[in-house]
Amino acid sequence: MKEILSNITKDYLYRLLKEGKRIDGRDLIEYRDLQIESDWTESAEGSARVRLGDTDVIVGIKMDVGEPFPDTPDKGVLTTAAELIPMASPEYESGPPGEDATELARVVDRGIRESGAVDTTELCIEEGEKAWVIFIDIHVLDFDGNLFDAAGIGAMTALIDADVPASDFDDAEEDEDYPLPIEHIVVPTTFTKIKDQIILDSQLEEEKIADARLTVTFNEEDEIVAMQKGLRGVFKYEDTMECIEKAKDIGEEMREKILDEVDRENI
Amino acid sequence: MGSNEDIELLKDGERIDGRAFDELRDIKIEAGVLKRADGSAYIEWGKNKLMAAVYGPREMHPRHAQETTKAVVRARYNMAAFSVPDRKRPGPDRRSIEISKLMSEALEKVVFTEKYPRSVVDVFVEVLQASAGTRCAGLTVASVALADAGIPMSDLVVGCASGKIEDQVVLDLGKNEDNYGQADVPIGYIPRTEEICLLQMDGNLTIEEYEKAMEFSIDACEEIYELQREALKNKYSTHLDKDEIEELKEGVE
Repeated sequence: MKEILSNITKDYLYRLLKEGKRIDGRDLIEYRDLQIESDWTESAEGSARVRLGDTDVIVGIKMDVGEPFPDTPDKGVLTTAAELIPMASPEYESGPPGEDATELARVVDRGIRESGAVDTTELCIEEGEKAWVIFIDIHVLDFDGNLFDAAGIGAMTALIDADVPASDFDDAEEDEDYPLPIEHIVVPTTFTKIKDQIILDSQLEEEKIADARLTVTFNEEDEIVAMQKGLRGVFKYEDTMECIEKAKDIGEEMREKILDEVDRENI
Repeated sequence: MGSNEDIELLKDGERIDGRAFDELRDIKIEAGVLKRADGSAYIEWGKNKLMAAVYGPREMHPRHAQETTKAVVRARYNMAAFSVPDRKRPGPDRRSIEISKLMSEALEKVVFTEKYPRSVVDVFVEVLQASAGTRCAGLTVASVALADAGIPMSDLVVGCASGKIEDQVVLDLGKNEDNYGQADVPIGYIPRTEEICLLQMDGNLTIEEYEKAMEFSIDACEEIYELQREALKNKYSTHLDKDEIEELKEGVE
């Protein structure tokens, strides 16, 4: 079921943005209140619940012993899935993941995988035969915009929180559970372009009139580890630079928040 | 019900978690927890954590599923991949399809469906952490979400189960009691009319044991019913402390 934003709301949003204002009173480059709760569920090896304004996401980590991929026989396996369940929005429907869920999962996955946030070589049990498989499951409960950041921050927090359940598996190399080997703490920061304005952390109504979206993921060494441009609109090169500069600082702030919530010996 | 001699469920005649035979696990219910949904609720029942969201009444799709004289109540029970020890593959399996159907039927009984022809009331129940008794917790939290959505209803539905462990009838089976016990009888109960809108049973019970189990469950349902109403009151009633009430009284005088 497609939700339609009334013209009067659209016009109002456009007019506000022209004056550099937003519907909820925030500055153009300002985050909503971010709450991170790690270890939210004990049925998962690691978990986090992230509330970004009214957006509400739970990320759970499950692990299993499986086979490494043939092209990386000495590495563990990382897989990310997102479910946009119909609880979260009248627009979401039951069924297999659609385009939006797939893009979300892949952007979060890329940020974590390509950055080497998790040291997957440590997760190989027997080269070519046995390795740990990490499932990152993103469960969206309430959708009020900017799932990329909520899910990315949630996934990173949940990974730091996760323990490898070695004691549950006979074929693991260790007898006791141990924290997941974390190499980097990566944080995505997502900008939305509406007409000529670029805003941070768009909420639902703003996303409905968004022309373009840019997610920039940074690690703690001030390196960009992933980027994703979405939607039909375009960015100028200068725009991307502006976003990147800001993402570096904002990512730093968010990283602090993650570390305030989960301070473990694995990082 | 996989009986297993090795797993001890009673020790010196008492339950492992120390509960009395007719004692519920701790239950906490909160109404109105989501922004987007028309109604929602959250429940913690022992180690279970579930959330329910209601959307509707809204137009029924697919259209051939529309009923010309009434609304359809469509519940969807879903387990998060990380809600159980072994990751659950996302999407419906046979178990959740069956539970969804039973839940839809149980809830439809209390909704005044005739007010909304051709529409659907969608009820989404998400199991976020599972620890035995999720269908009962789901039913309980779903009816609070329906009330939170302002759906006209004749009553709230309450879910609860009793079962048998080591030949002893007990209320509200915990995880091991459920896995290794001898019987499980989940019910859905409508307190005002004293009607049962969901009933399942597996394992083995004598008639006397069944009676005992139902007595435990129905008494417990009355208890849970109070918690449901309390959750709704907490959300919707205006809170006044004693001083404020006194002030108001003085004002009237």
